[in-house]
Amino acid sequence: MALDFKELEKKLRETFGASVLDWTEFRGQPCLHVKRESIVKVLTFLRDDAKFEMFTDLTCVDTLRLPDEMQPKYAERFTVVYHITSLEHGARLRIKTYVPEDPAEVDTVSSVYLGANWAEREAFDMFGVNFKGHRDLRRILMPENYEGHPLRKDYPLKGRGERDNFPKYTEIPEA
Amino acid sequence: MSNPVETVEKIAPHATSAVYKTMAMNLGPQHPATHGTLRFKLEIAGEVVVKCDPEIGFLHTGFEKLGEYRNYNQFVVISDRANYLSPLNNNIGFAVACEELFDVKVPPRGQYVRVIMAELSRIADHIISVGLQGMDLGAFTTMLWSFIEREKLYDIFEAVTGARLTTSWTRIGGIFKDVPKDFPEIVRGFIEKFPDMLGEIEYMLSRNRIFMDRTIGVGKLTREQAIAYGVSGPVLRATGVAYDVRRARPYLCYNDFDFKIPVRFEGDVYARYLVRLAEMKESVKIIKQALDKLPGGPVSALDHKVTLPTKDMVYHDMESLIHHFKIMMPGHGVIPPKGEVYSCTETPNGELGFYLVSDGTGLPYRVRIRPPSFYQLQTFPIQSEGKMFSDAVAVLSSLNVIAGELDR
Repeated sequence: MALDFKELEKKLRETFGASVLDWTEFRGQPCLHVKRESIVKVLTFLRDDAKFEMFTDLTCVDTLRLPDEMQPKYAERFTVVYHITSLEHGARLRIKTYVPEDPAEVDTVSSVYLGANWAEREAFDMFGVNFKGHRDLRRILMPENYEGHPLRKDYPLKGRGERDNFPKYTEIPEA
Repeated sequence: MSNPVETVEKIAPHATSAVYKTMAMNLGPQHPATHGTLRFKLEIAGEVVVKCDPEIGFLHTGFEKLGEYRNYNQFVVISDRANYLSPLNNNIGFAVACEELFDVKVPPRGQYVRVIMAELSRIADHIISVGLQGMDLGAFTTMLWSFIEREKLYDIFEAVTGARLTTSWTRIGGIFKDVPKDFPEIVRGFIEKFPDMLGEIEYMLSRNRIFMDRTIGVGKLTREQAIAYGVSGPVLRATGVAYDVRRARPYLCYNDFDFKIPVRFEGDVYARYLVRLAEMKESVKIIKQALDKLPGGPVSALDHKVTLPTKDMVYHDMESLIHHFKIMMPGHGVIPPKGEVYSCTETPNGELGFYLVSDGTGLPYRVRIRPPSFYQLQTFPIQSEGKMFSDAVAVLSSLNVIAGELDR
């Protein structure tokens, strides 16, 4: 059976009040905007009460060069985007929360959805967003000694962190 | 959640004593059983894996960063590099995502041809996955047989797309070229003989004592774990969840076909193998139905703001020449509306998602690939910790991890 998103929006606004910033829709895909302080509470509510039990994706968008008219007035440098799925209703919901550049911090949701563990590590690796309370926040795709966060918009496509910049071993270092 | 210490005590009591120390061991990055470039930092006690820490990123190529500097049609080329076992599914997945963003509808023939190719590609991926699963456990013959079948499929792909592996077949709003005239015959020729071959592989493995002993009860994943970790595809369906994107959120014309979603409830490596076998049979069913109903007409949308007009039209029609120019010239391109979509398709490994953010220019603002392998490999530690080391290899081959999409 299909989920009534209007009903869900009403329920969320009643439960969380001002923490729910907005509810938008584009191409039939609903999107919930929440304050970053209450992201864990909102996701826990959605998982337990609204039956969005399946974790789909977590990613981040750097809004540095995004045109102003595409950004809401409460927008910050980074947008953390969560996608969750309800198997029972066959519905998918996008949740967005806004993280400033300094401090780029948001609470971890890896305790709510186990699958967020590596996804948060990747967002940390690529964007430098710090997930508070994450048990194992290390780089995942880039090498451990890598500097910078490649998917930020001010990180150039070419010229930094390329193969030439890494130390070369011309002969085997002595142990 | 598994508790490694408890299980180690059960399996290898000597490993928990104070004098007996665990040993650190590397599996990969250049190990044949890892099927690519993965590295696992294992802590083993005797032959029992106590702790497992996957290290990925050896094949990180920056697809998502590159996507921000390529236009939408150029990214099709990148999308098939992301998965080297089923590039067609990735092409189609990206095209479906773009069509949702652009709000373009593909004509029926284009949709049917795409479905046929997607299912052929699914067979090519599953058959290799099953064959390699056999090889990792010592059954070399099935691997060779499955490669023969894939070779036949690659011949079809070459006839249709012009390439065997790097297909880059789809365009936004359709396909770059219609399929050859004898396409229904060559596909029919393949799917008529394929079930026999599948039966032989099944005969070799399904009731094979060694194969069963090494797979049944190995790498168990419960329904709750699989859902919480965002696992999808055959690995999820082996745990008893009938979630298939083709049914849950139908795309293309999957609603027109009659097919089942194979589900097993054991959640182990053997169940995944059986789900893959059953899915190949369902794919054959879909292809047969699609060939019977294959409609005529164009394969690409006729909205030439999005798709290229044919060469003939470009040479003889002023308007088409302008459309061609607008699409091909840098700084013009195909312009989507401002907005964002998350669109997913069912690839052989599971749900492949594309999250596209468009700022109203010809280049995407952000391309996020949601790889199924990434979320499946994440469950590898809980499946292998506390188990025998050789079971880890069986688990890894059943996850069918593709390093290309894992590291992007």
